[in-house]
Amino acid sequence: MSKPLKQIHLAAHFPGVNNTTVWSDPEAGSHIEFSSFAHFARTAERARFDFLFLAEGLRLREQGGQIYDLDVVGRPDTFTVLSALAAVTEHLGLTGTINSTFNEPYEVARQFAALDHLSGGRAAWNVVTSWDAFTGENFRRGGFLPQEERYSRAKEFLATANELFDSWRGDEILADQESGVFLGDAKAGAFTHRGRHFDIEGRFDVPRSPQGRPVIFQAGDSEEGREFAAQAADAIFSRYAARAEGQEFYQDVKGRLARHGRTPDQLLILPAATFVLGDTDADAQEAARVVRRQQVSGATAIKHLEFVWNRDLSAYDPDGPLPDIDPDPGEHTVSRGRAQVRMYRDPLATAREWRELAAARGWSIRDLVIETGNRQSFVGSPGTVARTIDDFVQSDAADGFILVPHITPGGLDAFADKVVPLLQEGGVYRTEYEGTTLRDHLGLAHPDADARDRLAAS
Amino acid sequence: MSSTPSALPPDDSDPAAPSGRPAALHLAVALDGAGWHPAAWREPVSRPRELLTAGYWADLVTEAERGLLDFVTIEDSLGLQSSHPTEPDDRTDQVRGRLDAVLVAARVAPLTSRIGLVPTVVTTHTEPFHLSKAIATLDYVSTGRAGVRVQVSARQNEAAHFGRRTIPRFGPEDLESRAVREVVLDLFDEAADYVEVLRRLWDSWEDDAEIRDAATGRFVDRGKLHHIDFEGRHFGVKGPSITPRPPQGQPPVSALAHEGAAGAPFRLLGRSADIGYVTPHDSAGAASIVAAVRAARAEAGRADQPLRLFGDLVVFLDEAPGAAAARRDRLDGLAGRPYRSDARIFTGTSAQLADLLQELGGSGLTGFRLRPAVVGHDLPAITRGLVPELQRRGVFRRSYEADTLRGLLGLARPASRYATA
Repeated sequence: MSKPLKQIHLAAHFPGVNNTTVWSDPEAGSHIEFSSFAHFARTAERARFDFLFLAEGLRLREQGGQIYDLDVVGRPDTFTVLSALAAVTEHLGLTGTINSTFNEPYEVARQFAALDHLSGGRAAWNVVTSWDAFTGENFRRGGFLPQEERYSRAKEFLATANELFDSWRGDEILADQESGVFLGDAKAGAFTHRGRHFDIEGRFDVPRSPQGRPVIFQAGDSEEGREFAAQAADAIFSRYAARAEGQEFYQDVKGRLARHGRTPDQLLILPAATFVLGDTDADAQEAARVVRRQQVSGATAIKHLEFVWNRDLSAYDPDGPLPDIDPDPGEHTVSRGRAQVRMYRDPLATAREWRELAAARGWSIRDLVIETGNRQSFVGSPGTVARTIDDFVQSDAADGFILVPHITPGGLDAFADKVVPLLQEGGVYRTEYEGTTLRDHLGLAHPDADARDRLAAS
Repeated sequence: MSSTPSALPPDDSDPAAPSGRPAALHLAVALDGAGWHPAAWREPVSRPRELLTAGYWADLVTEAERGLLDFVTIEDSLGLQSSHPTEPDDRTDQVRGRLDAVLVAARVAPLTSRIGLVPTVVTTHTEPFHLSKAIATLDYVSTGRAGVRVQVSARQNEAAHFGRRTIPRFGPEDLESRAVREVVLDLFDEAADYVEVLRRLWDSWEDDAEIRDAATGRFVDRGKLHHIDFEGRHFGVKGPSITPRPPQGQPPVSALAHEGAAGAPFRLLGRSADIGYVTPHDSAGAASIVAAVRAARAEAGRADQPLRLFGDLVVFLDEAPGAAAARRDRLDGLAGRPYRSDARIFTGTSAQLADLLQELGGSGLTGFRLRPAVVGHDLPAITRGLVPELQRRGVFRRSYEADTLRGLLGLARPASRYATA
């Protein structure tokens, strides 16, 4: 017997400020001009994607005490771009990454509620946390939050925002011109929140938006992050795009839902995925090799090695062997504003492992950085890529993927033109949008319906 | 601070004005819900159930652009509207609820091409870093048509929405008390710091910082990215911005200012603004306000930098004699009391309004920001009645002469203060 085929969810991540994005390609356009965002969004909508995804950073990265200049630097404001994109698209969901550390619930809730109104129900919020004093230097509060409290604040932030969204039921605006009653409830929007991180009260000033609440994404991978997602998110932006590790993550997170009184279909797992297409699989492999070398120049390779070594390695030749000296195991000081450096929990072990690997394979520094990072998720002909994506989704490595092209803004075009039709032919991907809101696209219930169901079940 | 290069003498001369003819007027409209009269939403022409939709705002701004207006402002606050000047109310007979003005402006930007978009932002509870990139981005999505109107919030109830600072509860009768005056002065000082941070962040990327130099692998020339190192009483901001310098370099900053409050609002115009909204009730009042603002400008050491002053007027506009006044009476009746405003309330015909604008304009105002009493009625009356009347008199543009807000206002694009070349 066989399960019914899962429908694949696809979304588009606007190319980011890291070395995945190849700015040196002749096809590469502006990362700031609205025309790039509009092109990208229209392609995603043409391909019937669920949503467009914007990341966020609140301080330019520095390395060795200087602004990091090898990657794309700079990006526009998330809310402002998403609201403008609502004007040039009709169905596409609009997902913004907004930090819960350097914002306040009242303001963020009114911005997402406004975006949801102005887009007719297409807003989503990727809730991220940070704590570093480096980023805090751009804000009123500075680096006020100890690392161990970032999820505590994020959870309370989201819970508070939900209280604000829910402070309007949705039926208060009567606007009866005859009787002169605008508001059917003189206390609409009233709220009081007394908590550790937020002690606020008053009245929320945005009446209920089409989706009730924005769709909630979570992207953290730590134990706390996974629990936060299982408890409060509608979707996870994960980093496990490979089949086996994807399945493991999928099982782990979906397995947590029951403890929170939720069912597996209430949380979508959507890994970030890169891709390189070619007419044949061999063509694609060759193209992918070229892209990886574009992504990792010699200078970039040295900088990436510094993430692990936590030392100035500028004297080393990227085409030569790895450094003999060991990483500085102390507090990371070389690279600032980059979450990536936290992945290397034992730099001495990583360095040892890399040296052995490089020696065994005859790799230079640049070869090593290329081979240990930046592997594209899907490489092949359109047929191969479509089959692979379908296989991953049907085998529960994911519910779909958030695609990260390496070229702005046209990097999604070939996928839309060549891969999407194959998925549609296979009956695993929509040919037309069926609903109007992002919740509709993702198969998520309206929060009110959700609440009603829970009430009925209890 | 470094001087902003500008070939323009201050305000009194306007490059758009043909010589030997009456000075050209500039016109903006202030958009707020269904209009400025509290009963505006009850007019059949109003669309009170659509105030939170994109279509409604797109229609309004498109109409304003059809009338070749310089810009629209969009009202906002960090709490529900209230009929009380300092406290919330529990009224149910007026429009309540609105959308973030920056997002509304961004939503209509791709649907328009010439008109300036000036959302209101509250400086008291928000982060200048966030707002700086938001307005820079509005400038990108509108290709050079963004501005910003800054506003302080002295409302205790709005402070409680954030829970981060305490603002004492007070009534309008306490405004001149010492304690309240100190609070207000402090809020305006903070607003000036806020604008300083916005401007430094906009300048923190030099115009040509993005180099995409394939030979060296460098995307930016980091020598052209600058920490702003602002330290003030209320916040410090390191910078640089995460968003490159916006198309206009610095989107124009504006504020509404009244006399009183120990001169704080006028001082803010002097220190921080490119555009000021003022509320003269007659020519003498206009002249004295213009003089006071100019003095504040000089006191701030910025006398050489242009400041465009717009007179605010609430307008009821009808072509039939007496119709506008009758409409005002009818709306006052619906509201249960006469509408009062900080700005002069005009009722009459296009010709009468044009007379008034020309008369007040002679006192050194650049133009007017009209507040439509009923936006569904008075906005088209402005664009289709008043504008042709002013055009006939040779004092209003017949087509857009620029495609940026600075261009429309005759404000030169400033160089970054950090640029060395």
